[in-house]
Amino acid sequence: MGFTQAFKLALKSLASSKMRAFLTMLGIIIGVGSVIILVSLMQGMTGEVTSMFEDMGTNTLSVSITGRGSSRTVDVDDLYELYEENTDVFLGMSPTVSVNGTVKTSTDSDSFDSTTITGVSEQYAEIKGYALNDGRFISYTDLQARGKVAVVGTYIANTVFSGKAIGETIKINGNAFSVVGVMEEQDDSTEGSADDCLYIPYTTASKMTFGAISSFTFATKDVSLNTQATNLIDNALYSVFQNENYYNISDMQEIVSSMEEMTGMMTMVLVGIAGISLLVGGIGIMNIMLVSVTERTREIGIRKSLGAKRRDIMRQFVIEAGTTSALGGVIGIVFGAVVAVVLGNVIGINAEPSVSAVLISFGVSVFIGIFFGFMPANKAAKLNPIDALRYD
Amino acid sequence: MKKIENRMPLIELDEIYKIYHMGDSEVRAADGVTLRICEGEFVAIVGQSGSGKSTLMNIIGCLDVPTTGSYRLKGEDVSELTDDEQAEIRNKMLGFIFQQYNLIPKLTVLENVELSLLYAGLPAEERVERARLQISRVGLAGKEKNLPSQLSGGQQQRVSIARALAGNPSVILADEPTGALDSRTSREVLDFLKQLNEEGNTIVLITHDNGIAAEATRVVRVSDGKIVFDGPAEEAFPAAVPAPGPQHRKAEEAS
Repeated sequence: MGFTQAFKLALKSLASSKMRAFLTMLGIIIGVGSVIILVSLMQGMTGEVTSMFEDMGTNTLSVSITGRGSSRTVDVDDLYELYEENTDVFLGMSPTVSVNGTVKTSTDSDSFDSTTITGVSEQYAEIKGYALNDGRFISYTDLQARGKVAVVGTYIANTVFSGKAIGETIKINGNAFSVVGVMEEQDDSTEGSADDCLYIPYTTASKMTFGAISSFTFATKDVSLNTQATNLIDNALYSVFQNENYYNISDMQEIVSSMEEMTGMMTMVLVGIAGISLLVGGIGIMNIMLVSVTERTREIGIRKSLGAKRRDIMRQFVIEAGTTSALGGVIGIVFGAVVAVVLGNVIGINAEPSVSAVLISFGVSVFIGIFFGFMPANKAAKLNPIDALRYD
Repeated sequence: MKKIENRMPLIELDEIYKIYHMGDSEVRAADGVTLRICEGEFVAIVGQSGSGKSTLMNIIGCLDVPTTGSYRLKGEDVSELTDDEQAEIRNKMLGFIFQQYNLIPKLTVLENVELSLLYAGLPAEERVERARLQISRVGLAGKEKNLPSQLSGGQQQRVSIARALAGNPSVILADEPTGALDSRTSREVLDFLKQLNEEGNTIVLITHDNGIAAEATRVVRVSDGKIVFDGPAEEAFPAAVPAPGPQHRKAEEAS
């Protein structure tokens, strides 16, 4: 008896007791469905977060210096020196000074509390890969002159100046800045988003905050140079502080990959838990197949008397179990994919199941059917035809 | 009666013993049976229940192996075969007709008749062709797509005869083929078996019913695992035995 024949027979057998077949499949449907849902949502989420980080530039390193009193410090010039000595590795460098303050329009009519104000160098836009919509970025001259110029994000440009911000004046903590450029839209131009930002020269910012500059952003020429760059900065800083606790270097690429590793692990744990229901589904199939073997003892006897060999009977039952779980798997995949896409739309991520997730789920469900069908099939194959023929 | 002595023996049983152990006691279901059946014979193996006729039929039908002794079927020693080898012999050489018809209820008439051809590995077209031929031979053409449950008992038994014939077997083994049928359909089945014998088929009929056994040309009577009589039907039942009727059957069952 060929595979096609056994497969047809299996479908016939399933069709003859639809309710039972469905209930048998339910375990597999739920198992495969939940695996598909979880994997799709986790992948969607990881993709979302990763692309967010990647937008920030995976070739960037953030250096923050907590310092060790006033005796040993590293200042901006030291790090610029490091950068200039290694221009084969570094693409650019910028101190980053966060300014806490309120942004107001020149007429004091509107106040923006959520705007992030950052003091940066002229290289910052290049480091981050930011483009400008209008005007220019902060220049080297601005840094030297501690000029009161600002580059604004699209939120401010649109909200305050209705898109025509160049040449207008904006107040930061009471100091008037003239707007020289508008950033390209990063997010969705809403309040609190990445577009609700404002860049000023770091020299000006440092004067406003009265503090030492302790935060820097480096960009490497390529992601593959990140480790080398980290080592360079580490050596320079360690030679000053003699202790790793006074500074911190974080590699964007490393953050992204460790985050991916973490979400990957979380996915594995969740899939493992969902996989338990696949196991339960498999046991359900085994149970029904055992019942089916008992019910069909006489049929097995007849088939054997007509010349069915052990492997023929074996094949029939294994294929029937495999078909049951494969069918359950297909239903589970469709069900899971629909739920994942709908849920993804609700929370705003792209949660389409990947081809590999679908193929693996299908493969696993077929394997489960065959694995758990093996024992009942073996029992059927070993039946003695004389006893089986007499069985009522 | 035809001359059969000169023909090749088809079934050769030599000193067949089948011994079961039930607790301490030993049951000899076959106790030194030696039997030869030639091609073209119509033999009835008759005996009370527990006489060992079923054991004999299981051994002849390659459903069981003897404890000791040799069994040669068409010259081939089949007394020590594995399960799968037995299955192959059953598939190629033997056709079974059972008391309960033993059709598979969810398969159609055609699919039931095709089964042994399926296990023989024949291609689909040939299977269908041969199965259809046998179905029309037993007079059920047009019922191919019916399920067994849609047929009468006599028709179902005819389907099982068609199934037994489909594999073109050397021996047809009929185990109480009329046991579940009324007298009229019993007559039909017996006439059909006779006709098959006329056409050259070797038939071994197992029954407890003397009236049925009388339909055969040779009778082998079994008791306590031994052959107690082997000869032409005329000698086994000197008085002409009437065709099986309800009264006769009742008397037989009561005994």
